[in-house]
Amino acid sequence: MHGVHYVLHAPQGDTYADLLFTMIERRGQRPPVTYTTFQARDLGGDTAELVKRHVQEAADRFQPDALLVGESCTAELIQDQPGALAQGMGLPMPVVTLELPAYSKKENWGASETFYQLMRGLLKQSVPPQPTHDVQAWKHEGRRPRVNLLGPSLLGFRCRDDVLEVQRLLSLHGIDVGVVAPLGAGVEDILRLPQADLNVCLYPEVAESSCSWLHRNFGIPFSKTVPIGMGATHDFLVEVHALLGMAPPEAAEGYQRSRMPWYSESVDSTYLTGKRVFIFGDGTHAIAAARICSEELGFTVVGLGSYSREMARPVRAAAKKLGLEALICDDYLAVEAAMAEAAPELVLGTQMERHSAKRLGIPCAVISTPMHVQDVPARLSPQMGWEGANVIFDAWVHPLMMGLEEHLIGMFRHDFEFVDGHQSHLGHAGGAGADNNHGTESVRASGCQDEAPSGQLVWTADGEAELKKIPFFVRGKVRRNAESYARTVGCKEISSETLYDAKAHFKA
Amino acid sequence: MSANLLKESGPREVFCGLTSIVWLHRRMPDAFFLVVGSRTCAHLIQSAAGVMIFAEPRFGTAILSERDLAGLADAHDELDRVARELLMRRPEIRTLFLVGSCPSEVIKLDLARAAERLNEELQGRVRVVNYSGSGIETTFTQGEDGALAALVPLLPASESRQLLLVGTLADAVEDRLIHLFSKLGIESVRSLPPRQSSELPPVGSGTTVLLTQPFLTETARLLRDRGATVLKAPFPLGAEGSRRWMEAAAANFQCPEASVRAVLDPLEARARIALAPHREVLAGKRIFLLPESQLELPLARFLHRECGMDLVEVGVPYLNREQMAEELALLPDGTTVVEGQHVERQLDRVRAGHPDLVVCGMGLANPLEAEGITTKWSIELVFSPIHGIDQAGDLAELFSRPLHRRQLIHSALHPQASDHPVHA
Repeated sequence: MHGVHYVLHAPQGDTYADLLFTMIERRGQRPPVTYTTFQARDLGGDTAELVKRHVQEAADRFQPDALLVGESCTAELIQDQPGALAQGMGLPMPVVTLELPAYSKKENWGASETFYQLMRGLLKQSVPPQPTHDVQAWKHEGRRPRVNLLGPSLLGFRCRDDVLEVQRLLSLHGIDVGVVAPLGAGVEDILRLPQADLNVCLYPEVAESSCSWLHRNFGIPFSKTVPIGMGATHDFLVEVHALLGMAPPEAAEGYQRSRMPWYSESVDSTYLTGKRVFIFGDGTHAIAAARICSEELGFTVVGLGSYSREMARPVRAAAKKLGLEALICDDYLAVEAAMAEAAPELVLGTQMERHSAKRLGIPCAVISTPMHVQDVPARLSPQMGWEGANVIFDAWVHPLMMGLEEHLIGMFRHDFEFVDGHQSHLGHAGGAGADNNHGTESVRASGCQDEAPSGQLVWTADGEAELKKIPFFVRGKVRRNAESYARTVGCKEISSETLYDAKAHFKA
Repeated sequence: MSANLLKESGPREVFCGLTSIVWLHRRMPDAFFLVVGSRTCAHLIQSAAGVMIFAEPRFGTAILSERDLAGLADAHDELDRVARELLMRRPEIRTLFLVGSCPSEVIKLDLARAAERLNEELQGRVRVVNYSGSGIETTFTQGEDGALAALVPLLPASESRQLLLVGTLADAVEDRLIHLFSKLGIESVRSLPPRQSSELPPVGSGTTVLLTQPFLTETARLLRDRGATVLKAPFPLGAEGSRRWMEAAAANFQCPEASVRAVLDPLEARARIALAPHREVLAGKRIFLLPESQLELPLARFLHRECGMDLVEVGVPYLNREQMAEELALLPDGTTVVEGQHVERQLDRVRAGHPDLVVCGMGLANPLEAEGITTKWSIELVFSPIHGIDQAGDLAELFSRPLHRRQLIHSALHPQASDHPVHA
């Protein structure tokens, strides 16, 4: 946002957060944040006086239109009540106090709560006694319908380009964008929020509580479909049109405006069918990815999870539709164990899943925050809308082995250059999956998964040899299937014959 | 010493000591750094180092929860459990550093006792030590001081004659310095930290210590307590500083002066050749250093004396006057040295002073670039091989590179108004 300054009561060192904006988002301005940066020697003195001095200095120097005041995790322990102190200083601008419990809540909650408190603080005087919103107002006033885009922020996943893409998408349907917030908005924009006919909730993790407050108090409805993927973008357009009282859009629009459907239908993509994929991320992106994978790319989703507890219910519902149990957790070791157990051929996750995927030797693409600097690219790269689907097709298929190479490695395993696990289109010698088995074994040895280890089962030499002939990216799954088959039929040894039996049994 | 020493207080823009983990984990790959702190601490480390993809994590955070704060869970039992699980997952870890943070220090969680308890339980299989990297007590590189100081009591005792290089060095630099010292006739040279945390160098009254880094106040004190002699010398940055640094050791080991000159003279002559092209870019340019690592004084000394730069202001987060005496003596008269920081006022002085180059942290670098001020982000200096006479050219290059780059691309990117600042 602009014109909003934040005074954060925090110890020296917490200014590292500036780097998220100046380096990862590569911004050319300092974040509008004043840190009190107290040190150990200040704890003996008057830290409350320190807060007041910094609030005054920030107000004088930056003269913001509104001031946010909050605490970091350490300041929360010493309880100086910086918000109350600032409220009592008689500053000329609105002061919003933030209560963000650092030991029980996390980043997205903080963003959502801050946006909500700021908006509520600025708008509560203008709340009408009765919500008087009329979705048809644009018709009577003879103008194009106008929507707010709520949720996009810095350090969100591809928000910059998602906003552009959604704006373009809506404008093609004769819909104007009023306010985009919080990204790029100022206090005057927040005050204009009630003038829209509809709120578009692009990132529920950040904007759902604000959208629902605007709905309760001003009667403005909000859209609930997040337009990531072909089907979701279509559903989003249908929802927005219905909420605005407009005739539904063409069903074939996506096919005309995006290359993704044809790329996915073309024969080059046939080998993508049934590729096993493991999905983890924030709720919004994980749910969107699951739908794209299963309905639009023809993958088999073998694992779906999220770290967003507030999105647990919809993620569970999406998983259930795919016959899966959703993994709701923020423990990366548990995610890694689930990933190893599912033995996928592709992982769609966050920056953290890249670590686990590297360890397990599985191709991986990033679909959600947390992210690092490479996911704030210079090029246009939305996830939403028709162009977003194009970007997604390229990004998710890229880490997989190309079709011809996959066939040839399945046929001839004695090459000196194109060895097992090698992916020559990624341009390096050692294959990403070269240590596939090694990685899986070491997870197993450390006891992170596999309730009943394969202790009693013995692989015969010829069984192992046969297993080696399986292309590397499905080998993990075949090994598991063979072991589970052997256990089912009660055989203690796994030979090449057992492997074929298991294959016939599981049709895989 | 005639530098103009000032102090300033106010908002600071520096890293906390936890950041030391980012390079220490590579120096000692068999060690694990477990921060006991909050989600903020975890986020800091992950943001700093998470751009690399780790198949095996080398650091982690035991995140304090509400239960720990409310005393509902015995924080010590919880910590023991986390450490035990970690060591089960990573049996190859030899040294576990329990790293204190602001939250753990504020609530006075006794990590020293926790380390003791875990040591008893693990019976030598893994060594557990603790130090504080909290922002309220430590700034950036002071974290390394804490980590090394925590290792000092574990160093085996030995009275034998040896030279101990203290402070993290790049592997190649370490090898090179050991080779050069052996040419001077100093055969036994060890390093702290070692490359493997389990191969700690001995210490005792025969030990002569050369500090390679200026931020090792506490480590130096503890080494002195164990009988070692800590030499006074400028720090080994640049040809001059490195030479004086090596000569200090040579004098202590009574190496014949003629053979010292025979070894060092050709190195210095070669360094001058390597420095020449960078001196051409840097000479007469005005430089402003913001406080970050305590490397600022030796860098300013090098940039002024060997590269011909003018010093506008030299900021340091902390000034150990005794340890810095040799450096201060080499600075030009009247150099403004500011200990501490009020970042807003310091930025006012930066803008008013129109320096040609500003050495600053990454939180300020891009915003200053966007104002048209060329910067050198300072963190790189602790991640680069910059020590020794042979590295003088490379060290100068770190400072000439941003100026060279601006000259190279600026007119192409702004063909109409080449003096227009780059806006991001």
